[in-house]
Amino acid sequence: MSAGRAEYCVIACAEAWRDNGEVLASPMGLIPSIGARLARHTFSPDLLLTDGEALLVGLDGTPEGWLPYRRHLTAVTGGRRHVMMGASQIDRFGNQNISCVGDWSRPRRQLLGVRGAPVNTLNNPTSYWIPKHSRRVFVERVDMVCGVGYDRAATAGPSATRFHRLPRVVTDLAVLDFATPDHSMRLVSVHPGVTAEQVREATGFELAIPDEVPFTREPTPEELELIRAVIDPKGLRNREVPDPESTARDRDIPGGGSGAQNPETPARPGAAGGGDRGVPDEGSGPRDRGVPGGSREGGR
Amino acid sequence: MSDKTMSARDVVGRLESGMTLGIGGWGSRRKPMALVRALLRTEITDLTVVAYGGPDVGLLAAAGRIRTLVTAFATLDSVPLEPHYRAARERGAFELTEVDEAMFMWGLHAAANRLPFLPVRAGLGSDVMRVNPGLRTVTSPYPDPASGIREELVAMPALRLDAALVHMNRADRLGNGQYLGPDPYFDDLFCEAADTAYVSCERIVDTAELTKEAAPQTLLLQRSHVTGVVETPNGAHFTSCVPDYGRDEAFQKLYATTPYAEFAERFLGGDELAYQSAVQAWRKERDQ
Repeated sequence: MSAGRAEYCVIACAEAWRDNGEVLASPMGLIPSIGARLARHTFSPDLLLTDGEALLVGLDGTPEGWLPYRRHLTAVTGGRRHVMMGASQIDRFGNQNISCVGDWSRPRRQLLGVRGAPVNTLNNPTSYWIPKHSRRVFVERVDMVCGVGYDRAATAGPSATRFHRLPRVVTDLAVLDFATPDHSMRLVSVHPGVTAEQVREATGFELAIPDEVPFTREPTPEELELIRAVIDPKGLRNREVPDPESTARDRDIPGGGSGAQNPETPARPGAAGGGDRGVPDEGSGPRDRGVPGGSREGGR
Repeated sequence: MSDKTMSARDVVGRLESGMTLGIGGWGSRRKPMALVRALLRTEITDLTVVAYGGPDVGLLAAAGRIRTLVTAFATLDSVPLEPHYRAARERGAFELTEVDEAMFMWGLHAAANRLPFLPVRAGLGSDVMRVNPGLRTVTSPYPDPASGIREELVAMPALRLDAALVHMNRADRLGNGQYLGPDPYFDDLFCEAADTAYVSCERIVDTAELTKEAAPQTLLLQRSHVTGVVETPNGAHFTSCVPDYGRDEAFQKLYATTPYAEFAERFLGGDELAYQSAVQAWRKERDQ
């Protein structure tokens, strides 16, 4: 079985939560949700997941804990959480915007609002998921800094950098991170079928691109089976990221509703979530800070 | 002990233009919509609204009642962006105080605890500091044991409210309020942060009935923080009020896709009973 583009994206998202330990995985958006569940099914069995509302649940939906917003916010500030948020705009140091487009005082387009992006980025690992890698999203300068990037955190001082970490950015084209001397964005891997040049073209700022860019890893047969038969049997992932080869076997099955095995509802807008899609981060919180992420590309 | 029951009309009769009004719930979840609708029937305006924004904010903004909005976001949950809020914001209909959702919570905590501010890490490095030039930082008097650093944190000012509006599943006549869903949101904090608090509920019951089948920790609101109680069945409509009812997704979609003036004319022209009847009529029409 060959994997489709959406499945590479799922794998790349799941990898964000590898070796995170017993922390809350907060995926915003469909593919990160599938990725978090896949990680929990396989290499990160200790992850905590929510039902999209106030319950912590097992993979079969069995409640195991209570996490209303007020406690969710403590999970954030206590650091035992790795969120994967979305971004309407993101810049080369990882500053993210989900608030508005244009001048804040009179925006051209009002979006969600800062939501929990400021508290997320300063307190728990924050990764990002961008379903459509483009120059509209990857911009030189974001209009409103919601999620704090490395340069802004450094300027703000030690309280801002203390628990700040942006492990990775996953897009429909590639995996990126900030593991460069100045913490500017770097291309880590491209999904099969994508070239580094394509990623460069779709990015509105200068991207660090190593001489050798590997492909995002292949899913294992077990992982593919879990994605296709257990976690997302309706193939909803292919709607978020259509396969470039439209004839790919599992492209878009129409009429996908919500079956019992559906992926988690796209994260609550809440603590850090909301209408934004999140990206997971690696690492298990403050104590892991500064410790390279093992085999993960995103470790800093 | 005093009977605090009143009508929605009584509640808005105690509100005035220019007040700072906190509205409980979250996004499109357990919003005191019947009280918001009652407010829309008055001439009250120039409000400072403090809320985790949902259709409460959308309606009040569209109707031009908000002078300043304090929030972290506005959403309808299943419809990620609140269209009426967006439209009002894009035409500059109100001033926005945009803070992070954790800063917001600590602002309520500060107000509830009668503190001028509480220190938070959130906000540092973000443009929340740029768009709120009045926000200040505070330096910890205590050096970190490991690094020796005295941390500089944001001093989130208290979000003190003139009045709070919240919606509960049950309440008694004295003002004890009970939620039966999975999340209390921040409704207790809203009431504690306010000089006056008005609680609408699905059903007013005898005090003894509150804990007949539900655990005591469902008793979210204490009567000492509650000014008035209103029974408004289906009063959170179209937002969710589980376990009594879920969100009315079809109606919310209608709300989200209908220009405000048209929506108001069809659904907000009369009293709460008229609203609920208009919703029924719309549903019947749709089902035919």
